[in-house]
Amino acid sequence: MTDQHRPAATITPYEDGPLLLRGDFEIVTPDGERIEPGRPTVALCRCGRSRVKPFCDGTHKLIDFHAPAGRQNSRLDPETD
Amino acid sequence: MRLPEARGDLSAAVIEALMSGRFEVARLPEVTDPLADEDLQLALAVCYELHYSGFDGVDDRWEWHPGLLALRGEIEYVFETALRQLTGPQPAVGAAEIPAALTALTAEQDGPSLARYIQSNATIEQFREFVVHRSLYQLKEADPHTFAIPRLTGRAKAALIEIQIDEYGSGRLARMHAELFRTTMGCLGLNTAYGAYLDRLPAVTLAVTNMLSMFALHRRLRGALVGQLAAFEMSSSLPNSRYGNGLRRLGGDEHATLFYDEHVEADAVHEQIAAHDMCGSLVAEHPELAADVLFGAAASEALGGRASAHLLDSWAAGRSSLREVSGQGRPAQTDQLAGVAS
Ligand code: FES
Ligand SMILES: [Fe+2]
Ligand SMILES: [Fe+2]
Repeated sequence: MTDQHRPAATITPYEDGPLLLRGDFEIVTPDGERIEPGRPTVALCRCGRSRVKPFCDGTHKLIDFHAPAGRQNSRLDPETD
Repeated sequence: MRLPEARGDLSAAVIEALMSGRFEVARLPEVTDPLADEDLQLALAVCYELHYSGFDGVDDRWEWHPGLLALRGEIEYVFETALRQLTGPQPAVGAAEIPAALTALTAEQDGPSLARYIQSNATIEQFREFVVHRSLYQLKEADPHTFAIPRLTGRAKAALIEIQIDEYGSGRLARMHAELFRTTMGCLGLNTAYGAYLDRLPAVTLAVTNMLSMFALHRRLRGALVGQLAAFEMSSSLPNSRYGNGLRRLGGDEHATLFYDEHVEADAVHEQIAAHDMCGSLVAEHPELAADVLFGAAASEALGGRASAHLLDSWAAGRSSLREVSGQGRPAQTDQLAGVAS
């Protein structure tokens, strides 16, 4: 893939941690109001427990949060039914 | 910055040489705990500062003076040996296990925590002392790790750059983390000049910055340097939210707390990049560096813990955690702490 065909932004899940968002992106509320990212690469909380949502604040490490770096595939896991 | 006051024969020999321009070979004294030895840590700190800002009135060529470098090498040997003894041997884990190994090394410990104390109990004087301890590093935050850039390649290098861009505020002075720290110091009525408090910093505090400089200035120790950076990043978001809360409790406004608030979000990003993309990639390319990556992280945690314990112990005993300045022979340059109204 050449650079011209690269997407403008990428989202990368990090194991047991947040989603890192890189590239040319904008974070907006449903009303279209901009949420300042403050930096070129941001970490989006995916454990649900951050106190600075939508950003990660490291709380995931205190709550034994687990999630893979790749795609999770537990749709057929009977435990979740 | 100004040359500090000597704390013993070794530091006196180094400082004398820089002042007089004549180097006399000094002998390394026997020390029981090099990691907490005032004389040895100050001598080393002075040697290292020649590589950063230098000293007022001191010839910049001392940075590469062979005699002084030989002495520094002897001190470093003692220092590194003590650090490796303190941390014990580290396993040479594979690249895939590096992030988990770093997470385990940097997990929050139970027991007394400086961050919890500062959040809930510290007085404004104690908060100022805490900031003074951190100032020798934070006013040059990220600089030691920049020495790793030419020593890394590929993905590990790209990852370090991604972190450093943020540390340096994407090149905007007002956003540079060192500048945010300067603002916090100013809000607290502290002297924001680099190195202003050197005389007041005890060996346990100097040992932390000396460790960074030793890792930074030796390509051989590049694994330890990036492991150390990962440990900094991975033990940062949660404590910094507590430091920020502590300063708010003490009346700090949003300018004063910005340094801490910024690090909550920034280091939640940096820790992922550091553990996975930087350390993981480095070890994937150079499996022989795995143990040193973990050594750097373990050393950072151990020395950081000793420095924090010194603050808590001093305060529990009703003492200042900073050194008294004798003021002998040299005008007191660093006594602003005492003069600030709370
Ligand atoms: S993912 Fe880090 S706090 Fe939620
Ligand atoms: Fe920073
Ligand atoms: Fe950082």
